[in-house]
Amino acid sequence: MRTVSPNKSRSRQRHSRPGGALRAFLRLFALLPLFGLLAGCKLVVLDPAGDVAMQQRDIVILSTALMLIIVVPVLLLTVVFAWWYRDSNIDAVYDPEFHHSTQLEVVIWSAPLVIIVALGLLTWISTHLLDPFRPLGRVNGAEQVAVADTKPLRVQVVALDWKWLFIYPDQGIGTVNELAVPVNVPVTFELTSSDVMNSFFVPAMAGQIYTMPGMQTKLHAVLNRPGEYTGMSSQYSGSGFSDMYFTTHGLSGADFEQWVGKVKADGTALGRTEYLNLAQPSEREPVHHYKSVDPGLFAAVLDMCVEDSKTCKSDMMHGGGRRVSQNGRPAHLPWAERGKAAPNAYASALGSGVIDTGSAICTASNATGVSVARAAEPTQRVN
Amino acid sequence: MSVQTADIIGREQEPRFYLDEEHEHTEGGTLLGFWIYLMSDCLVFAVLFAAYGVLGESYGGGPTQADLFDLPMVALNTAMLLFSSITYGFAMLSMEKNRVGPTLGWLAITGLFGLAFLGLELNEFRDFIEQGATPQRSAFLSSFFTLVGTHGLHVTFGTIWLVTLMVQVALRGLIVENKRRLMCLSMFWHFLDVVWIGVFSFVYLVGYLR
Amino acid sequence: MFSNPETQRLVFGRLTLDALPLDQPIVVGTFVVVAILGLALVGALTYYRVWPYLWREWFTSVDHKRIGVMYCVLAIVMLLRGFADAIMMRSQQAIAFGGSEGYLPPHHYDQIFTAHGVIMIFFMAMPFVTGLMNFVVPLQIGARDVAFPFLNNFSFWMTVCGAVLVMISLFVGEFARTGWLAYPPLSELDYSPDVGVDYYIWSLQIAGVGTLLSGVNLIATIVKMRAPGMSLMKMPVFCWTSLCTNILIVAAFPVLTGTLVLLSLDRYVGTNFFTNGFGGSPMMYWNLIWIWGHPEVYILILPAFGVFSEVTSTFCGKPLFGYTSMVYATVVITLLSYLVWLHHFFTMGSGASVNSFFGITTMIISIPTGAKIFNWLFTMYRGRIRFEVPMLWTVGFMITFVIGGMTGVLLAVPPADFVLHNSLFLVAHFHNVIIGGVLFGMMAGVYYWFPKAFGFKLDPFWGKMSFWFWFTGFYFAFMPLYVLGLMGVTRRVNHFDDSSLQVWFVTAAFGALLIAIGIFSSIMQIVVGFLHRDRLRDLTGDPWHGRTLEWSTSSPPPEYNFAFTPVIHELDAWSDMKSRGYARPVEGFRPIHMPKNTAAGLILALFAGICGFGLIWHIWWMAAFGFAALIVTAIGHTFNYRRDFYIPAEHVIRTESERSQLLATQV
Repeated sequence: MRTVSPNKSRSRQRHSRPGGALRAFLRLFALLPLFGLLAGCKLVVLDPAGDVAMQQRDIVILSTALMLIIVVPVLLLTVVFAWWYRDSNIDAVYDPEFHHSTQLEVVIWSAPLVIIVALGLLTWISTHLLDPFRPLGRVNGAEQVAVADTKPLRVQVVALDWKWLFIYPDQGIGTVNELAVPVNVPVTFELTSSDVMNSFFVPAMAGQIYTMPGMQTKLHAVLNRPGEYTGMSSQYSGSGFSDMYFTTHGLSGADFEQWVGKVKADGTALGRTEYLNLAQPSEREPVHHYKSVDPGLFAAVLDMCVEDSKTCKSDMMHGGGRRVSQNGRPAHLPWAERGKAAPNAYASALGSGVIDTGSAICTASNATGVSVARAAEPTQRVN
Repeated sequence: MSVQTADIIGREQEPRFYLDEEHEHTEGGTLLGFWIYLMSDCLVFAVLFAAYGVLGESYGGGPTQADLFDLPMVALNTAMLLFSSITYGFAMLSMEKNRVGPTLGWLAITGLFGLAFLGLELNEFRDFIEQGATPQRSAFLSSFFTLVGTHGLHVTFGTIWLVTLMVQVALRGLIVENKRRLMCLSMFWHFLDVVWIGVFSFVYLVGYLR
Repeated sequence: MFSNPETQRLVFGRLTLDALPLDQPIVVGTFVVVAILGLALVGALTYYRVWPYLWREWFTSVDHKRIGVMYCVLAIVMLLRGFADAIMMRSQQAIAFGGSEGYLPPHHYDQIFTAHGVIMIFFMAMPFVTGLMNFVVPLQIGARDVAFPFLNNFSFWMTVCGAVLVMISLFVGEFARTGWLAYPPLSELDYSPDVGVDYYIWSLQIAGVGTLLSGVNLIATIVKMRAPGMSLMKMPVFCWTSLCTNILIVAAFPVLTGTLVLLSLDRYVGTNFFTNGFGGSPMMYWNLIWIWGHPEVYILILPAFGVFSEVTSTFCGKPLFGYTSMVYATVVITLLSYLVWLHHFFTMGSGASVNSFFGITTMIISIPTGAKIFNWLFTMYRGRIRFEVPMLWTVGFMITFVIGGMTGVLLAVPPADFVLHNSLFLVAHFHNVIIGGVLFGMMAGVYYWFPKAFGFKLDPFWGKMSFWFWFTGFYFAFMPLYVLGLMGVTRRVNHFDDSSLQVWFVTAAFGALLIAIGIFSSIMQIVVGFLHRDRLRDLTGDPWHGRTLEWSTSSPPPEYNFAFTPVIHELDAWSDMKSRGYARPVEGFRPIHMPKNTAAGLILALFAGICGFGLIWHIWWMAAFGFAALIVTAIGHTFNYRRDFYIPAEHVIRTESERSQLLATQV
């Protein structure tokens, strides 16, 4: 039964047909079966091969489920209200005085708040657990392989224009556009870029991390299934970006040793000269193998001084140019003496070896490279 | 028709829905608008301060604050700017009293102080550049020159505006529009003063003490 | 041209004949079409002697209604250009598989996606929201114009100037190939030595001045010029969202200005703010640009929220549910939008605590946003919903925006972002909220206020077509992108090897085609509406049974808006007036104080553009000339004290009595 507020008479004006509008909305839901198509797709984010990516997938699903608690009723209510309260529906109550309800407001603000509190907790915990800089706490969620049993593999990554250089410092080899990791062995990636920002991303293995020139980022990851997986840059870096793919091979322990051997057998040497050639812009670079890599090369790339003529970034980072001091305090010319100073007093100071070069390297969390002892690895506690 | 007070039933009789008299031109609209613009300008300076904060120790092997800054000169510079603010204040007082002559006089002195400030600052820049401490030398110098230079540019535009206003006051006297403009310039000038105090403290003093 | 290269460089900077893209057939073809259409338009305007009218009534007008319409026209024109870029990208990605390179080489494709983003955000969405706010706010608060009418005109022409520079980059030189935010180190001189990034910088700087001044203008207007009795809590919600939007503009655009200044210093002077060496920090640019960038997207969405509030309450025949909480939600969103910027680069590796903080603040924003959705929902509840076209857009928005918001909150969880950042999932998310939110809002707003602006409604059939094609087109175009993101496909890629992806890209291209029909229908609704304007005429000024003050004026309103300043008693002032037997004043009219038209805004913007072009091409004499001319003109303009006039009482009497006669025929 319909109640009408006083003074509100029904107008007989003809409006568009909301029934038709609603039917059209409903017709769209008929498209839902199309999602069955998805079953045939390789949704790598939802079906990854690495433990970190699997945990991230779980976060995606859990977060979505939490939000759907609110979203599904909202979508339903939208469609239902739009249809039921259309003006051609004479059964619907019309109450123009209903524009405030404290009770409803409390629900409206607190229901999403509860979900967000839950999501916030999930965020805090998972962000700390899945921090790319944090060494792995577990290698394989299903099989509970303990981390302590396995020695992590170190891979140094340099993003170039427009290819990827991988250096295996412990094996003494390197590759271009081919990454191989043994299955169920934690990998510690140390990443940098030669000149512009890139982002190292193997969706099957773990989330991405930016690679930045002059800075080192870290990613801890592991592959749990053998196979071939796509790797890419996911930060646009110029005209060759669309070809900046590499294959990631997940290999058993024995196969990995075999692969290392192959690289040593058919590879060339990678020294500074070869690196400088490699760093020239090129697209669709084929896979290279390097049987030996100059041990100081990655540090030099990170310090942006592979070329002998360049000053290393760490030498420039801080404390440069302090004048020869008297009494231990920096000398300072009085105002009247200005203009009489040597034109390039700093160059001479540089030459006199007074510079405090420090040994810092800029990292994302230490952007100014303040000279500190190499920061200890973060502990495995969450807070 | 005027709005009647509610009768015993509590309903208004014949409410008024429009003003008979012409609505006065909004008071203070220009000053509010200029103030809001000034705050946005403050944010531009905030970006430059932030850049200086991040890059202020990135010497790139070049000179540091201690190597370059001549604090006595900076103190003199600051005094010039602060005096210019005081004299602008005197100009405003004369404006309130509608005295064109003294207003113009104090404005002229303000302008001279402003030019003195700019001259000293340009001299400082020239000195740095001659020593090789150019904006291109390091990120520290880039952010120093940009922050201090942007402030100097603002003072320059303020001085041009000052001269323009002096001409306009001389031509038309202290009419309402000119008074409004003088108040806007007053806000601008004092704002630059405040920014300079930030620069003086955060760049020169703190930098020198590092 | 000159035999001496020194002279050549002095006169032309780095501009040479090579700057003309004569070897790119697509661009040449575009130029030919644009030139023909442009000449035809100019020819027609000349033949029908429309220039004096355009100059007098539109280009030099300081009337907020005219300026608002011109902003919207600019937005629609730039929508066509930005959409052309989109169609090109969609078609390229649909065909470039398994060895095929498609038809767009990277050099061209990379400019297209950059230009698409820049144009859609800065020259389509921003002018659109600015135009609507400009047109509606003074009418809704009972004012005659904005606080600074001349500045309003100047702001518009500066925005046009920025748009013109971007359009010129298509034919002279090239545009940036960096993505729409021009991140360093890629945008630094070492890696982008050509003019593209300079076009980007100067067009945004010039348009940014216009936007900033617009923000100052509208804040002062809303704060100072509301009609007596209209306290802040009796102001229409659209004015609240406009106030908050303009506060965001004033507090965010200076950061963009400052950051682009630093980038331009790096490129022009050789400073080291964002370079790789000598202490520069590209990371700082990322932080600064997103400190601007996140408030920017709220600048775009808040006016759309305001439109939906007005439309919902009008077409449901009910006051908006929860006005107070809507206001608080808007203010909370405004404040919180400054605390979330890092969520755009979680993957930079800022550490877990920093990432979680920004992730959580991002989620918190969804609470007031959700409250707004619920409030619109409960405005519909127990309402009597008339499904005019604006209401269709609104319901479409409520469904679409909620989905987009959900994916946004998902991306706000850093571990989830690590696998979805910069993928097509991200692209789908932000198009979801910008199209579903901003664009749908603008479409609803245009249809809703069009009769007020022009005196006749838009054609309802083409309006509905426009909605349905946009709505279904959006889903076909962007739902596949969510799937592709989950398949690990990243953005800004111009060809693919994996053929299993192709079906999704083809579906997306089909969706783009549907949207193209939607755009065509949007234009048709205007054309057909104009052709049938007598049938669609709005004679009462209140075609939708509105609730707010703008519907008390005629359609279109007289230049002075209100013959007498209204006095406000309640929220939804016009509903209040109607229910209490408001009688329109018919006598006692007096002369009305109005600002004069001016060409100064246009001329200043022109000089700014000349300066910009000179800076881009390193034609230093041109840049100096433009800049000097700008300063001289600005100073000269301040010597003009006679910028106002009075509309004579007879004119007011005549206008008002014409309206009285018209209204009498409607009874």
